[in-house]
Amino acid sequence: MSAAAEHEAVAEREVSDRPILDPALAPPFPVAALLVLRNSQLRKNVAHAIDVIQAKRARLVAEKQDWQELRSAAALIRDEALENLSVYLEQFEARCTAAGGTVHWASDAADARRIILELLREEKADEVIKIKTMTSAEIQLNPFLEANGIRTYETDLAEIILQLGEGEPSHIVVPALHVNRSQVREIFARRMGIENLSDEPEALTAAARNYLRQKFLSVPTAISGANFLIAETGSVAVVESEGNGRMCLTLPRTMITLAGIEKVLPRFADLEVMLQLLARSATGERMNPYTSLWTGVTPGDGPQKFHVVLLDNGRSSILARKTERQTLRCIRCAACMNACPVYRQTGGHAYGSVYPGPIGAILTPQLEQMRHAQSLPYASSLCGACFEVCPVKINIPEVLLELRARVTDDERKQVSRFFDPLYLGLRVANVIFSRAWLSHLAQWAGRIVLGLFTRKDGWIHALPGIGAKWTQTRDLRGLPKQAFHDWWADRQRGKK
Amino acid sequence: MRASLFITCYNDTLFPETGRAVVRLLERLGVEVEFRPGQTCCGQMHANTGFRSEAFSQAKRLVMLYADAEAVVIPSSSCVAMIRDQYPGLLEELGDDALRKEFAALLPRVHELSEFLVDKLGVEDVGAYFPHRVTYHASCHGLRALKLGDRPFRLLRKVRGLDLVPLENLDRCCGFGGTFSVKNAEVSSAMLATKLADVLATGTEFCTALDNSCLMHLGGALHRQNAGMKTIHMAQILASTEEEPAELMG
Repeated sequence: MSAAAEHEAVAEREVSDRPILDPALAPPFPVAALLVLRNSQLRKNVAHAIDVIQAKRARLVAEKQDWQELRSAAALIRDEALENLSVYLEQFEARCTAAGGTVHWASDAADARRIILELLREEKADEVIKIKTMTSAEIQLNPFLEANGIRTYETDLAEIILQLGEGEPSHIVVPALHVNRSQVREIFARRMGIENLSDEPEALTAAARNYLRQKFLSVPTAISGANFLIAETGSVAVVESEGNGRMCLTLPRTMITLAGIEKVLPRFADLEVMLQLLARSATGERMNPYTSLWTGVTPGDGPQKFHVVLLDNGRSSILARKTERQTLRCIRCAACMNACPVYRQTGGHAYGSVYPGPIGAILTPQLEQMRHAQSLPYASSLCGACFEVCPVKINIPEVLLELRARVTDDERKQVSRFFDPLYLGLRVANVIFSRAWLSHLAQWAGRIVLGLFTRKDGWIHALPGIGAKWTQTRDLRGLPKQAFHDWWADRQRGKK
Repeated sequence: MRASLFITCYNDTLFPETGRAVVRLLERLGVEVEFRPGQTCCGQMHANTGFRSEAFSQAKRLVMLYADAEAVVIPSSSCVAMIRDQYPGLLEELGDDALRKEFAALLPRVHELSEFLVDKLGVEDVGAYFPHRVTYHASCHGLRALKLGDRPFRLLRKVRGLDLVPLENLDRCCGFGGTFSVKNAEVSSAMLATKLADVLATGTEFCTALDNSCLMHLGGALHRQNAGMKTIHMAQILASTEEEPAELMG
């Protein structure tokens, strides 16, 4: 997209517009980012929130002597699961079924939505309560159910804020990270009809509690995601901070769990490694307050009907690729987005997907048949902070580069790209770098051309074309009269 | 010891004073410096933009050019990181066994400047004099890919007259990222503004680093804002003496 078209596309949208997280409709990253960069309140909220989480994480990681060993162990466990995925999934299915659960296989989002709707219709449900699940946001479950006459009630505090405030998640662990408490107060007061609500955390959580209690007691059907599926036992694990998930797992009659196929762990004992890493990485806690584990159904205790919908939705195509496969190790802790200097500026909405940040930049294009691959893999300065904090050692920069190479291999064949300034420039640069004398000739030409833009102070203040992207905020020192190799040659001559 | 200076494409073109400083510094420390005129670029720009076949040819060129060098010294962490982190994968994909062998033999002889000084020559006090207040910016590649650790600080602390002021959020990227700075110019500029606030808060005269790429980004904004602070590559600080102070440009 040309710079003019980009700015036009953004000018049509308002900062207050609801962000678009459907990858099929979302604008490319640089365009969506422009909109967010104008929203100084949102940026302040995001930077403050992740700075707090980052500091907590750093403190707790530092106290673990075996942190690097834990990361290595976790990467091995996840790789083992992924390399034998069909075996472990079938084992999970067999154990879960034996314990009274029912396992459904969904090849894509539409399939998963249809299965879940049918299950809800069997239950004659017109309302459903939900434990926080990003996977359901991935398949856009809520709008689908609402359109089919089923009201959805989120029970995670952040999800309630977004649902009542008609917002979109900007983070996978703390979805309402971009909203501050005075904004939460406004949403709750307006939507719950509470006058004189204060913005003290205690008052806000009390309001949410009153709102939720009634739903827990009256809605008999619940939907959850899964942090882990355990092949060995057929169990499902959900970790959370608030206990509202635990309520959903206790009171309803029927539970439907939606889980990506990559969520499986081989053995129950693997949780020992995963849970140590997950809580510290995600929220900067030694242990998350609530860890719920259940296996099928237990007579007289909890839901008496239990379904698991295993979702592929592009995951198995990632599995087939050597470098990209590590993407599926992800345990959705969000440490990468908290550490990312790009995310810190833009928050999650610029990524045009429910999966933002560095993991989103590699996951979204792969889940979407390379849609957004033209912008998301480039939404990184390759600083490596994401890889450094990843508890399962996903080398995100390496995958970003692999995706960039795939995009370039594909795009360079297109005629329309032939005169694209970046493509042209990089092709010319390659010829130049193939011979030193060509390089030196190019330096000479560059001195003449850039000399036209260089002011008396020796600096360039404005450049045309793609150079304007640089000079919009920075100057550039004019090219020195003598390149290093010329100085060296002079010096050698002088020595003789 | 004979060291071959790989100046890198952008230092040759934009920052020759860095190269001159490396030569002065190493010669003062008794190293015989050579410069191979055939050198151009390590291929990082192409590899990071997805132009893999172009990166292949530059990687191949570099490996062949330095195959018989005793030591290669590079005053740029990101180019060293390119060679260490990306060449193995590129050469594996290229499938040229002879070239891979050449590379495996060359790799242990490739050094970033501060690594070469501290690890290879075993010096921290290089006899430099630079009577200024300075803050050090850790480039992401130096910090995370090369894990330079406290090497730069050990070198700077031994410079006579130098007042080293710590930089807050040392591990945060300046937002340059090569073509990222033009492909995502607005986000890059926002990251730059955040970094610049920390840099300016040090109240120093100079911001130094081991990568001119970050310094070009920071320096361009400092100049635009008339901030009064300048950027300078660490090689120039280390080369500076009472008799021959650093060449201050721009």
